[in-house]
Amino acid sequence: MGDLYDSQRAMRNMRKAAMQRGVIAILDIGTSKIACLVLRFDGPETFRGADGVGSLAGQSSFRVIGAATTRSRGVKFGEVDAMQETERAIRTAVQAAQKMANVRVDHVIACLAGGRPKSYGLDGSVDIANGLVTDGDIGRVMAACDVPDYGAERDVLHAQPVNFALDHRSGMADPRGQIGNQLNCDMHMLTVDSVALQNIFFCIKRCDLELAGIASSAYASGISSLVEDEQELGAACIDLGGGSTGISVFMKKHMIYADAVRMGGDHVTSDISMGLSVPMATAERIKTFYGGIVATGMDDREMIEIGGDTGDYEHDRRTVSRAELIGIMRPRVEEILEEVRVRLDAAGFEHLPSQQIVLTGGGSQIPGLDGLASKILGQQVRLGRPLRVQGLPQAAIGPAFSSAVGLTLFAAHPQDEWWDFEIPVDNYSGRSLKRAVKWFKDNW
Amino acid sequence: MQPLTAMRPRANLPRDPAPSKWKYRYQRWMLTPGVRGLIRIGGPLAIIGIVAVSWYSHDENRALVAATVAQAKATIQQRPEFMISAMQVEGASEDLAASVALVLPMSFPVSSFELDLETMRKRVEALDGVRSARVRLGDAGKLLVDITPRVPVALWRDGDLLRLIDEEGVYAGFVESRTDRIDLPLIAGDGAQDHIAEALDLFKDAKPLQERMRGLVRMGERRWDIVLDRDQRILLPADGAVGALDRVIVLQQARELLDRDVAVVDMRNPNRPTIRVNKEAAGALHRAGQTEADN
Repeated sequence: MGDLYDSQRAMRNMRKAAMQRGVIAILDIGTSKIACLVLRFDGPETFRGADGVGSLAGQSSFRVIGAATTRSRGVKFGEVDAMQETERAIRTAVQAAQKMANVRVDHVIACLAGGRPKSYGLDGSVDIANGLVTDGDIGRVMAACDVPDYGAERDVLHAQPVNFALDHRSGMADPRGQIGNQLNCDMHMLTVDSVALQNIFFCIKRCDLELAGIASSAYASGISSLVEDEQELGAACIDLGGGSTGISVFMKKHMIYADAVRMGGDHVTSDISMGLSVPMATAERIKTFYGGIVATGMDDREMIEIGGDTGDYEHDRRTVSRAELIGIMRPRVEEILEEVRVRLDAAGFEHLPSQQIVLTGGGSQIPGLDGLASKILGQQVRLGRPLRVQGLPQAAIGPAFSSAVGLTLFAAHPQDEWWDFEIPVDNYSGRSLKRAVKWFKDNW
Repeated sequence: MQPLTAMRPRANLPRDPAPSKWKYRYQRWMLTPGVRGLIRIGGPLAIIGIVAVSWYSHDENRALVAATVAQAKATIQQRPEFMISAMQVEGASEDLAASVALVLPMSFPVSSFELDLETMRKRVEALDGVRSARVRLGDAGKLLVDITPRVPVALWRDGDLLRLIDEEGVYAGFVESRTDRIDLPLIAGDGAQDHIAEALDLFKDAKPLQERMRGLVRMGERRWDIVLDRDQRILLPADGAVGALDRVIVLQQARELLDRDVAVVDMRNPNRPTIRVNKEAAGALHRAGQTEADN
């Protein structure tokens, strides 16, 4: 079990090295765009102690000094589809951000939107030896969680302890130093396809960058666009991206569920493209300029020139009414939201004390989406925008950047994960003995 | 006239070319702090260096530089503040000052940058009569030579020469005759100059005999003889010469030993002082002894 997290531990060490250097890049590899932010960690709280989160939700320690976006190439459903194309797109974004920041970045924190994420709730319990919970006991109780068989082709992306219980007391955030006999731990584990993860690793490596951390994009959107009380009381963040729609459910400031629907804004665009028989670029432009969800009488009269490039006058002068466009877009958006509804129902979202739904991501800018979403998902729906972080350019404060901004928060204050705790001694010694034997075998 | 083909608006995509791998690497390399610093500071320095070296590589330019430097140097060195116009020798007699002026031949005025004071000091100290010297630049353009002369404490007869010797046994000059320096004790013999201190002790001890003393002779580079007038000699041992001399002086004061007709007082063996009397005295003594025996 220790070997499983070696790469995650290596990334944590890389993140520490990046903090020492003070410059780290954020890379949001999405289906429709790739965003790169360069952060400089030089604020007054850079070197404060490890306890708690600093002022301004921990953002006062860093500043965005470079930002660049580029059209994404070679990414489908949030996964790398064409490696060379993706690599080129990453290079474009990183180069532009470096140029703006005027500094070279070597460490990157990336996020993964696709990869068919799957959530597992784990629990474990151990007896406390001398009545006082220590750091070692936390590591032991997390090691005692029984890991489900999540399949050979999957990797653990997040494994976060969400709740500790000591004897009959539950809901503890930090049981260290408390007295009890039995320590229980609930953990949320998120697995993704190994191939999707390795492709991202490989792409970033081919750009001469070091990966200093990787997070689920649904998680990153959640921590940036849910406000504190929503995270505390229970809320779902729906990140309507280009190729996939991420769902993350938060409760007591921990992510307790994440999933992704493999549909997004690009599917809306391709519907328009097919329905109006226009190229994808034109369809994207029509969608962003005239798109909507709810048709009114006015929309029947508003004609949109859809153009064309054939030289045939009749074909090039086509127009559609906005109502027609809405008629194309609405079913697809409904389908996406219905699918989200199914996933939330499967996760038991209705049992949460508060059922706030926050829509974010580029797709959430469709006019009238909140009305449709409240019909499908429930009454408490709002449109969310990411938190304001220092130095973020005006062009990058929209909801399309919520996962990039979430990654900056993740870079500044990552949630404790399984691999951040000490491996229990019994496991460790067995492993090191095995290693020693292997070393002898290899060398003699 | 209308164009045959309609100007169709292209899809309004922003230009977003991806950098090639090498261009990307080059840009990252140029953003590396060390490389940036090297180019920002090292580049201009290299250009300046290349220009300077290519200019300096021509012979006439090098000569120009050398001439300019020499001229600037001379302009400073020839300023009146740095010129030396006279030499003043202090602490030396007339003869010594003249010989100092001889060993330091200089044509005044001269720039103080051209004087090598250390060499000059060594040359002055190489003179016989100089014990030590200080050469320095004084005010008002004077070269000051402070001399501590050697003080002769004895005369050493070396063959025909009469050398002056100071208390370290070093020659301090010559005299023509003994009468020139009648105040100084005279010593002679091989190796006498190495034991001046002992000789001076003996002279001091021999105060009561001073009117009669002619000098000290070093015998066999080992011990001293005191030579008195009337060819009398006192032979002193190698060790304890002063004690032996004291005994002789006591004998002189008690018994007027040296006023008698004695040729040699031999104190070489302290247990057995011996007196050699002159021939007449010995005969008289012999006769006196016979007369007494006859009585």
